[in-house]
Amino acid sequence: MNRKAIVQRSRRGMNNSNILLMITIGLFIVMYTAGSIVYADKGFDHLQTFLNILINNAGLICVACGMTCVLLTGGIDISVGALIGMVCMFMAVGIEFWGLSSPVLMILILLIGITFGLVQGLCVGYLNIQPFIVTMAGMFFARGMTAVISTQQVTIKSDEFFVMLANLKFFIPFEIGAYVNSKGRLMVPFFRLPVIIALCVLVAVFLILRYTRFGRSLYAVGGNQQSAALMGLDVKKTRMKAYMLSSFLCAIGGICYVLNTMAGTASQAAGLEMDAISSAVIGGTLLTGGVGNVIGSFFGVLINGTISSLVKTHGKLISSWSNVVTAILLCVFIVLQAVFTKLKENRKR
Amino acid sequence: MEDRVVLTMRGITMTFPGVLALDGVDFTLRKGEIHALMGENGAGKSTLIKCLTGVYQCDSGEIHVDGMEEPVQNHSTLEAQRNGISTVYQEVNLCPNLSVMENLFVGREPVTKAGTIDRRVMLKRAQQLMEDLGLSIDVQQTLENYSLALQQMIAIARAVDMECKILILDEPTSSLDDSEVAKLFSLMRKLRDQGVGIVFVTHFLEQVYEVCDRITVLRNGLLVGEYPLSELPRVNLIAAMMGKDIDDLKEIKPESCQNNCAEPLISAEGLSHVNKIKPFDLQIRQGEVIGLTGLLGSGRSELARTIYGADKAQTGTLKVKDKKVHINHPIDAMRLGMGMLPDDRKAEGVIADLTVRENIVLGIQALRGIMNLLPMKEQCEIADRFIELLQIKTPSRETLVKQLSGGNQQKVIIARWLATNPDFLILDEPTRGIDIGTKTEIQKLIIRLADEGKGILFISSEIDEMLRTCNRLAVLRDGEKVGELQGDMTQERVMHAIAGGENV
Repeated sequence: MNRKAIVQRSRRGMNNSNILLMITIGLFIVMYTAGSIVYADKGFDHLQTFLNILINNAGLICVACGMTCVLLTGGIDISVGALIGMVCMFMAVGIEFWGLSSPVLMILILLIGITFGLVQGLCVGYLNIQPFIVTMAGMFFARGMTAVISTQQVTIKSDEFFVMLANLKFFIPFEIGAYVNSKGRLMVPFFRLPVIIALCVLVAVFLILRYTRFGRSLYAVGGNQQSAALMGLDVKKTRMKAYMLSSFLCAIGGICYVLNTMAGTASQAAGLEMDAISSAVIGGTLLTGGVGNVIGSFFGVLINGTISSLVKTHGKLISSWSNVVTAILLCVFIVLQAVFTKLKENRKR
Repeated sequence: MEDRVVLTMRGITMTFPGVLALDGVDFTLRKGEIHALMGENGAGKSTLIKCLTGVYQCDSGEIHVDGMEEPVQNHSTLEAQRNGISTVYQEVNLCPNLSVMENLFVGREPVTKAGTIDRRVMLKRAQQLMEDLGLSIDVQQTLENYSLALQQMIAIARAVDMECKILILDEPTSSLDDSEVAKLFSLMRKLRDQGVGIVFVTHFLEQVYEVCDRITVLRNGLLVGEYPLSELPRVNLIAAMMGKDIDDLKEIKPESCQNNCAEPLISAEGLSHVNKIKPFDLQIRQGEVIGLTGLLGSGRSELARTIYGADKAQTGTLKVKDKKVHINHPIDAMRLGMGMLPDDRKAEGVIADLTVRENIVLGIQALRGIMNLLPMKEQCEIADRFIELLQIKTPSRETLVKQLSGGNQQKVIIARWLATNPDFLILDEPTRGIDIGTKTEIQKLIIRLADEGKGILFISSEIDEMLRTCNRLAVLRDGEKVGELQGDMTQERVMHAIAGGENV
């Protein structure tokens, strides 16, 4: 290949994972705009609708970020939904029955998350056990533990600090996106604390993936584990850290979650791991590892949120329709990924 | 060229369970030389390299690296790299999903004061490195956008940047085309001039003579010798590798049962398979045994596989009994009356967990199709007939094949093909790893089959055996059929032909 060809190729510039990301972002914009036009009479076009999607999915954003890191190494973590359930229950029972204060509980929760991830990571990284099995065991453990702590629905109401945090509203300044409702009151759009947490997590993980050795190691390990080892990377440690990060972010996501729900139940956040994985895949992360980033996963979460929000706004559809649409989208994205991979192989020949 | 030694290996011995892989091998590498490590498969090249790079720990022997007082004992590739020994393997060991620049620096990225990766410095250094090596590569592109050859050079660049004194290239050229090889060689020469000692492992003779300064030959885990390139003509190199002394070769009379008048059974014109075998012509007549000779890796098996459709031919035409045919899969070849005994009988031939009977009838069953099951009675008859015919030593026809010895397993596969009654049979190393008695039996069987009017393509590493059984020999070198020998075939002539240049 001569120099000219190389330069041309680099000008073209965009590789396939970027194209997938662009498609995801484009899809979100199209979907959201279309919803805003069709359901304008039901208020879908209000800024608050968008903020609600963020508020409702703050926990999922945290979890999806962690999930992306694990998927990048070529692994999977299906324990996250159960872990969130356990975290929520721990929080609720801790406040209501054990009389612990919420900041203490939050710190405990983060420690539980790290420990949980450490155990899973040791099994996957150092003992080389299939991630699916390890995290499935983690899932059973966490789900079972939730029920052991309590089988009731525990609502949090006695910790004032926690209730205050949960009720915090951050209003958008200068009344941007504000509107007057049917009763003639001015509604100023707002978001809540979990949104801030989730966005901080998003930015942090984005920076970690892009600008730290650990982040780049995740990509290298996912690209070719053997090569990564030969290039002198500590593959075992990297994989272990990925699971630790996932569980840690999951614990943070659990705090976001419980701030929204103000309660713990035995079946909370059931199936959340699948939402996280589907968000990541829709966002362009390859399950085989090595390709993807959290921005994509973020938009994946937004797309999922928009779908269920649209279904809710329609009013007459049952909520399971959102699952159907998500499934179709997943299929489309997986097929697209396969097509791109195929194209790439052909071009190489 | 300075004559400073950068690496000495003394008395390296390595045993695997039951095998003495290396027996007191010495190896010396000087600064600024390209040193070829030659030997046939199983000679111990890879084992020696792996002892050096820390993949294996040798049982005894010492490794000295220039500038280090103590003998070096590497326990991992990483440790070897720290000691200045870098290896670039045949399969590129980089991450295809990362950019070129990241592949160069992953694990040792330049960092800013805050501890994050300094992408600007990394970019600058990567570009500088590429410029130094004369490669025009956009370092920000993803690695998988580049050809294998460039990827290999990037791997070399990474090794060079890690200040390696010793660079090991393990079969780097086997998946490259000619122009890519040329690029790689110019890079190698450049590095040599910068004072890097390069160990070049390959089995392409041409390439050794093109780029190397010195040759070390191993055979069966023993050091044969170290020679400056100019003092070792090709024929002597071949002789050293194969363990035959060229001067006192015994004359062996070939059986001259020429029947040129017979119908051509198979005729191939310009068949080829990219990167494996260059276009070749070959005619095989009824009742003829054609031998394929050449060093291991010269494309013998590949040629056979291309005819048989195991590797689909990409160019050329194949005629069977004067009819042009298209073979896309081995089953097509089987329907045309071909059979092939692969060289790796464990992986491709025998199915160890089935019984002798099941293994024998497998070929017929495949031809009949899965829906048309062969009656049990017939299966038993066929099995018994061939156990008798080939004298397969087995307790019963229902014994599992894995319980038989290697030679008998081989006979079972031959029986499988004979049961389908093929007109044309490819036998790839049918006698490897079996005892002398069985070997002779198989050779006799080959000649008998040919007398019955079958065409046979016979591949073997043992020249004696080929001379005894074959009517004609096709000579292969570096994936190319370079000639045919007929008539007065002697071991010396064959070895000259393999080495190239003369008598072809």
